[in-house]
Amino acid sequence: MSSDWPLWEVFIRAKGGLSHRHVGSVHAPDSEIALRHARDTYTRRMEGVSLWVVRSADIVASDPSDDAAMFDPAADKVYRHPTFYTIPDDVKHI
Amino acid sequence: MYTTELQKTAKVASTEDPDKLAAFEARVAADEFIEPKDWMPEAYRRTLTRQISQHAHSEIVGMLPEGNWITRAPSLRRKAILLAKVQDEAGHGLYLYSAAETLGTSREEMIEALHSGKAKYSTIFNYPTLTWADIGAIGWLVDGAAIMNQVPLQRTSYGPYARAMVRVCKEESFHQRQGYEIMMAMAAGTADQKRMAQDALNRWWWPSLMMFGPPDENSPNTAQSMRWRIKRETNDELRQKFVDITVPQAGALGLTVPDPALGWNEARGHYDFGEIDWEEFYSVVRGEGPVARERMQARREAWEQGAWVREAAAAHAEKHSRKQEAA
Repeated sequence: MSSDWPLWEVFIRAKGGLSHRHVGSVHAPDSEIALRHARDTYTRRMEGVSLWVVRSADIVASDPSDDAAMFDPAADKVYRHPTFYTIPDDVKHI
Repeated sequence: MYTTELQKTAKVASTEDPDKLAAFEARVAADEFIEPKDWMPEAYRRTLTRQISQHAHSEIVGMLPEGNWITRAPSLRRKAILLAKVQDEAGHGLYLYSAAETLGTSREEMIEALHSGKAKYSTIFNYPTLTWADIGAIGWLVDGAAIMNQVPLQRTSYGPYARAMVRVCKEESFHQRQGYEIMMAMAAGTADQKRMAQDALNRWWWPSLMMFGPPDENSPNTAQSMRWRIKRETNDELRQKFVDITVPQAGALGLTVPDPALGWNEARGHYDFGEIDWEEFYSVVRGEGPVARERMQARREAWEQGAWVREAAAAHAEKHSRKQEAA
């Protein structure tokens, strides 16, 4: 077992109205220090207006070896896209 | 799909810190987005909670009139499309419930408010879907009206609501096109099919115009919601836009909009249209719509009949976590 501090994933909201996006991770012993580290590591150049840190161990990720089963079923459902439907050119705003 | 802001009275009188209130008003006026952890006036929170949860309820109830036709869609292609659309509406409901939850109301409270009849949802879903052409008319008109409403909501001042709307609008555009495509097929079909298309337009036209909500002079919340940038355009402005783009689309189908007063007004640069029956609108809001009772009954039944699935999932999670603790 590593004696490293736990890993935290860092999410930044670049500006108001945008969602938080993952930017990287930091090690820290608790949430408060994780937030400080994240601030020092990832927002030194006005990268954002809000920070989230989440313990990496709390993230549940899909297994890449399952990606076909997870995502391929969407591939043959082209009718979910508006371009699937042919609308005459003279019909506007649709 | 979409919602109408149906609450008639919003108390704006506030005992809140005037400095905070002024700072908030300034942020909103500067087109900044408000996020969940930001300070906000209670009335803003209440108005948004109500509007977003009504919007979510509308998506969920909106599945019923269309779900009704999945097994009877005329081809496998149409079945797959309708299923995908109804599935999208469920997703839209979930995005919106999540956005509303960020304001501090739990999912359970919202669902309870819907099922007890306390919460409102869009009046449009209390009309029945009688023929296959209704599915075309809903996609074309109801989703068309919804898009008209939701496009400006992508810039609404509350961040989580605005972001949910971005996703919804992106997904919604196929909804309208598949509906119009159904109408094209019916309008170019046999005499019976064309009659069904015209009949569906006749029945859905006025309820679609009502989706934009009461006229501006009768919509006491509009001014406040515009000031807080919750709303970006008034009910009447959006309704006019909808009429202006939809009337030529009806023309292209060779169908007639059921409004003898409808006509292009050269001076205004807009279509004039007839008086809306607001008595009907308010009676549907009060829950007197043609199929309002069936809708709520279907929702409650789905909730009750699904209870064992929720209980089984919780029991499984509980058992699993006990095992992990023991290990």
